Amino acid sequence: MDALTLARIQFAFTVGYHFIFVPISIGVGMMVVLSERRYYKSGIPADRAASNFWIKLFTATFAIGVATGITMEFAFGTNWANYSRFVGNIFGAPLAAEGLIAFFLESTFLGILLFGRKKVSKGFYYVSAWLVWIGSLLSALWILIANSWMQTPAGYKIENGKAILTSFWGAALNPSIGPRYFHTVAAALLTGCFVVAGVCAYYMLKKKHLQFARQAIIWAASVGLILAIAMPFLGHWGALVVAEHQPVKMAAFENVTDTEDGATLWLVGWLTKESDGTYDTHGIGIPNGLSLILHLNPDARVTGYTDVPLADRPPIQATFQSYHAMIALGIFFGLVLLVTVLLHILKRLENARWLLWVLIACIPLSLLAINLGWMAAEVGRQPWVVQGLMRTSDGVSPLVSSGQIWTTLGLFGLIYLVLFVAWLRIFVGIIKKGPEDTAEMLEAEKGIAPAPAGAGR
Amino acid sequence: MTLANIWFFLVAVLLTVYVILDGFDLGAGVLYPFIAKGEDEKGVIRAAIGPFWDGNEVWLLTGAGAIFAAFPMVYAMTFSGFYLAIMLVLFGLIIRAVSLAFRHRDGSWSAVWDGAFFLGSLVPALLVGVALGNVIRGVPMDAQGNYIGTFWQLLNPYSLLVGVTGLCLLVQHGAAWLSIKSEGELHDRAWRYRKVSFWICAVLAVATSLATILTVSRASDNVFGRPVGWLFVVVFLAGVLYTIWQLFKADGALRSFVGSAIIIIGLAGIAAVGNFPDMVPARGTPAATSLTVTRAASGHLTLLVMLILAIVFVPVVLIYTALIYKTFWGKTKAGDADY
Ligand code: HDD
Ligand code: HEM
Ligand code: HEM
Repeated sequence: MDALTLARIQFAFTVGYHFIFVPISIGVGMMVVLSERRYYKSGIPADRAASNFWIKLFTATFAIGVATGITMEFAFGTNWANYSRFVGNIFGAPLAAEGLIAFFLESTFLGILLFGRKKVSKGFYYVSAWLVWIGSLLSALWILIANSWMQTPAGYKIENGKAILTSFWGAALNPSIGPRYFHTVAAALLTGCFVVAGVCAYYMLKKKHLQFARQAIIWAASVGLILAIAMPFLGHWGALVVAEHQPVKMAAFENVTDTEDGATLWLVGWLTKESDGTYDTHGIGIPNGLSLILHLNPDARVTGYTDVPLADRPPIQATFQSYHAMIALGIFFGLVLLVTVLLHILKRLENARWLLWVLIACIPLSLLAINLGWMAAEVGRQPWVVQGLMRTSDGVSPLVSSGQIWTTLGLFGLIYLVLFVAWLRIFVGIIKKGPEDTAEMLEAEKGIAPAPAGAGR
Repeated sequence: MTLANIWFFLVAVLLTVYVILDGFDLGAGVLYPFIAKGEDEKGVIRAAIGPFWDGNEVWLLTGAGAIFAAFPMVYAMTFSGFYLAIMLVLFGLIIRAVSLAFRHRDGSWSAVWDGAFFLGSLVPALLVGVALGNVIRGVPMDAQGNYIGTFWQLLNPYSLLVGVTGLCLLVQHGAAWLSIKSEGELHDRAWRYRKVSFWICAVLAVATSLATILTVSRASDNVFGRPVGWLFVVVFLAGVLYTIWQLFKADGALRSFVGSAIIIIGLAGIAAVGNFPDMVPARGTPAATSLTVTRAASGHLTLLVMLILAIVFVPVVLIYTALIYKTFWGKTKAGDADY
């Protein structure tokens, strides 16, 4: 394989791996803030035990998020040197800002969360939980600014073959940052809700830590439901931006071959390749649906990808499938959470074992959905690394050999595999051990043990 | 002073702070298998750097980000040119970060995590110095600013010497930190290591200085030809003398740590003055291929925006960095390890 292909595989693998842990950090970080708030107000040991439990899950994940994030920062220089020279003027600034504004905040106050329980006051500890979480939201903001600029470049001019910044705010507030930020953060928080709900579902299945599980599950399911309802709207906002600024990507999302009036919105489909390099869709679709949702007019014109030469089109099948799988999962999540909340209201949640299992399965599924979303967004942008300005093939480091990349790819594969196994063992180990049982919890447990499901408080 | 020059200075400051701060926890990691006897002492060492190391490492990430933004050509050249070395540093940092977080939640793999902590500290501590050696010595580059030498060329005697000296510098710095944070037998052992490693380091520093004067005359001419170069030489010597003085006192741990921080500032200043106005000088290729500050710098607006960001946020960062050091000041007890 050539160095370019290997560099792409390495980037996709390492960033996808980083993004297993990022959403859990951001999502469970929210839970840490909320449970610590509860303890700050009540001061009872049971609440502290609950909070400590989430902090353990959070810090175990955060560590590996930190470790794999360093890879990403280095990757631009090591594997994408031409890209770095071309965009450094613009792209480097948000990266540096991320360090200065977000990473210091996260890592400093993480130290307090890890080691400070006995050293600092309850209030300071609570504030630290907030600061770590805010830090992770800020870090997401800056890195997504950098990424969005590559999707929809703005605030720059080209001079001597380099992109030069002409307006900081223009570049930072580029057209796609809004939908991308909110859609991505909502996705991460949704994942967090599923982690919380899944852990609680496990305890309900095992009939352990019930008091704790009842408290948290309904909270997670309700917040998750709100997020799942918001998802399509945030996604839709993103789709409008894509249609305007990256019409070829939108065409790939829905396999619009020739520009047409009244394009179909596909629910599911499989594409078969034609001799002229276009694709045929076989599936279920809503005629004129795409025109309708993009332009509120069933007969509106939608650009097709045959408007650009073959060399300027992304891989259509991969883009189409990842995009539709993400949306299908999003709808599925909404339904699952709706049923969860309903059964809770009917006080039947704890007996619905099948649903509890589904909730556990939703933890990996939500991580899958998130990475499918990124696949759609990033593969759909190809062959451009910076939309319309630089091709991915021109961005690669010219003198790094494929042998070197093979070596490091092998090492990444090995090390990341070991780390994943270790993380999973520890994560599951923490869950199996569960929150520390305090006297009050046992007391409460006794009082409500035979009570019907969902009755705990 | 142009903006680009200001950024040369700021990058040097960021990286110097990085070496001073992360240096002690890297050094502690290198010493970890030798200095700690038994589970309790190991726990104390990890807890002595536990709340700090991640924040310390962010100085590197921010420094790298600042180079990317302010001097994209330097970022692209060094990271892609020193490919395997940078990747080894990266793998070191990865396994180290994870080992510190997992070690204490995971008894059954403790030997693996101990090994990862040691290796993950050793490799970066050594290779960052080797990279610095090459940046001082100069490397062959093409007109676009790509490194055109081989991997083995990077492992030349001069750069290896700088690497070993750097490693030793961090080890003695880490031993000083452990002497500050520990008590009893562990403290006595750390203090002994601190003294021995300092003297080894002093010998290596003399060797490196001679090697630089003899083989990299551009750098030594720059230093001795400029008043600011002499200033850093004086800072360096003052740091050395102060440290030696403290090493003969029983309670000199903290002040000897300050001493080695001064030494690091002096050395970093000497290295920066020695290279300026080059960021990475060419060696074996035409002088025009050198990455000078002016040639490598980003556009005016980028540098200005970044400067504003730095002026606003560096003080904020310093405030909460001070806060965390204050919170966890004092001797680490065995009990602090079970968080
Ligand atoms: C939407 C969010 C998001 C995205 C798209 C990325 N990251 Fe990330 N990153 C985070 C959200 C995040 C985080 C939540 O802030 C992390 C994860 C866990 C953590 O410790 O912080 C983090 C950690 C993290 C770290 C370690 C910080 C430290 O030491 O404290 C670095 C250097 C990066 N990331 C760099 C990157 C780069 C260069 C990316 C692009 C390719 C990237 N991240 C994608
Ligand atoms: C964390 C979530 C992300 C995921 C899962 C992701 C996924 C991907 C994938 C799958 C590719 C390969 C596309 C292809 O080659 O066909 C890619 C390419 C790329 N992405 Fe992302 N991406 C993410 C975030 C980012 C961010 C935040 C940035 C920039 C700040 C970024 C920059 C790039 C670059 C430079 C490439 C080109 C290299 C390549 O083609 O492999 N990505 N990404
Ligand atoms: C339910 C309906 C959904 C719709 C209509 C939708 C729509 C979209 C669109 C149009 C994009 C591409 C944006 C771009 O390329 O600029 C996108 C990207 C993405 N989606 Fe979704 N999405 C939905 C659900 C989900 C769910 C459930 C998740 C994960 C839990 C998710 C995670 C992502 C991520 C991480 C990205 C990449 C970041 C971005 O570009 O915004 N999406 N989505």
